[in-house]
Amino acid sequence: MIRIKNLNINLKEFNLFDINLDIGTNEFFVLMGPTGAGKTVLLEAMAGLIPTKSGSIHIGEKNVTGLAPEKRGVSIVYQDYSLFPHLTARENMRYGLHFHRIDKDRSDETFDRLVENLNLSYILNRFPLNLSGGELQRVAMARALMVDPEILLLDEPLSALDPGFREEIRAGLKKLHRDSNVTFLMVTHDFAEALSLSDRAAIMNNGKIIQTGTMEGIFKRPDSTFVADFVGMKNLFAAQFRETKAFTGNLEIELSVKPVNGKGYIAIRPEDIVLSREELTSSMRNSFAGNITEISDHGLYYEAGIMVENITFKSLVTKGALLDLRLAEGTRIFVSFKATAIHTF
Amino acid sequence: MTKKEPFFWITVSCGIVIMAFILLPLIEMMTAPSFAMLKETIKDKDVVRSIWLSIYTAGLAALISFVFGTPLAYVLARSDFRGKKLIESIIDLPIVIPHPVVGIAILSVAGKNHWLGELFNQVGIRIMGSVTGIVVVLTFVGMPFYINAVKGGFESISPRLEKVSRSLGASMFSTFFRITFPLAWRSMLVGIVMCSARAISEFGAVVIVAYHPMIAPVMIYERFEAFGLKYSQPVAVWLVFICLTLFLILRILTLHDRGKTA
Repeated sequence: MIRIKNLNINLKEFNLFDINLDIGTNEFFVLMGPTGAGKTVLLEAMAGLIPTKSGSIHIGEKNVTGLAPEKRGVSIVYQDYSLFPHLTARENMRYGLHFHRIDKDRSDETFDRLVENLNLSYILNRFPLNLSGGELQRVAMARALMVDPEILLLDEPLSALDPGFREEIRAGLKKLHRDSNVTFLMVTHDFAEALSLSDRAAIMNNGKIIQTGTMEGIFKRPDSTFVADFVGMKNLFAAQFRETKAFTGNLEIELSVKPVNGKGYIAIRPEDIVLSREELTSSMRNSFAGNITEISDHGLYYEAGIMVENITFKSLVTKGALLDLRLAEGTRIFVSFKATAIHTF
Repeated sequence: MTKKEPFFWITVSCGIVIMAFILLPLIEMMTAPSFAMLKETIKDKDVVRSIWLSIYTAGLAALISFVFGTPLAYVLARSDFRGKKLIESIIDLPIVIPHPVVGIAILSVAGKNHWLGELFNQVGIRIMGSVTGIVVVLTFVGMPFYINAVKGGFESISPRLEKVSRSLGASMFSTFFRITFPLAWRSMLVGIVMCSARAISEFGAVVIVAYHPMIAPVMIYERFEAFGLKYSQPVAVWLVFICLTLFLILRILTLHDRGKTA
């Protein structure tokens, strides 16, 4: 369990402001945010590798705020894996054992288990220079877990790997977490990765935590324009609310519930916006006519921009739909979305 | 084959001129003395003594630089603080100060009319005209080369390696000796070679602090003054030959390296 209270960090290049975070035992927690948000700084602060200005960090029941990194029971795996280049994979893995009083039988057992689970037996005698990205990553994970840490900090562990490879490693990571009683805290800026691995997350920006909650909650109910934008809610409009209606530009949009405040924002995920040649009347409570202003190719899908009055909606369409609907720039089309797909804040 | 541009030929010709400029005098000097003369010179006890003195005082200077310079180089490589640039400039001072001035500067604190000199005198340390004095001078001029080389070596080691080591339970001391030192070892050796090479070549400062006991460069100068070029060449050849051999051995000893080092 990690409990961070009112943590402030004041470094030359990075600052953290009033960080509060609670992470449960054996949780898989994700820290997200753009580059330079302070995610790595927060990880290093938990590991005791950088000085804090004020606030406290508890691990379990123990206050570790001023404690040396070697006394915290927090292992860290960096993005570049940082294996010791002058030691073999085996020596890297067993490095931490020099400093821990772990019973030899038990450490051997842990070693064998990790070697088997992470499929490392064939590379044990190699130096890091002769290992691939995936192998480096697995050795780094094993090295971190060899010392029985309470907490494992992962700094974008998958970002340096080939995309085709990531899926497999991600599954391995999930299994590793399930099989241990270690608390995992991972930094990533890949949303899909976060969704598939963790239950809860925090979003950081400019040295602050902006939102904390379940993955589902953050994904569907962002509470700021930054988070909405970050999680890919591309349709984000300032709006006035009256009863269960939202007014933005000249559009009147039906909501499913009455918002708490009189004005704010409405956000709709681009995949929740349906395009059609005819106006849809059935379950779609909102349907507007507009013109396609742009279509961009994103590989597996296309993103269409549709101008309705003065507002541009973004919608994701598959290649099939693009051909079926004969979509092109300038096509007149209807955009429709359910009242329940609209998030207000 | 494409035609080479004039620029290419300018770079080549300048390169050839520089190579000739460096090699011609050296080769000429090395080949001038006959074998008989070289053989006779190395039998001369004074020559052997002065070359040996040169080598071991330079070695001591490198050793002192290693012991005191390594921690400073580490701090300069790892931390950023106010006045760091100033400290780095101070370390480089011995490189830019004219050599006789170095000798005079050292004598001015080691003399009897300075409290430090007085203190040395009382505990029986003599700087003027002693091996101690030679070592002090050589350390003064050699230390910057050691510190700069090792600082570069430390800088090339990712601080993350040390951070990971700490998080795995190692104290700062263990981390230094198990991770940083093995990875920086090669740059330390380069620093030792640079430092002692610089120390062996020192003449101007040594001649002021200690004409006797005579190190090799002073002896070469003295023979040149007293007997002429022909008699100073063999000593010079032996000095260069022995130094190159020593550095070569050091290099070979460190070629065997495990894994990847920076």
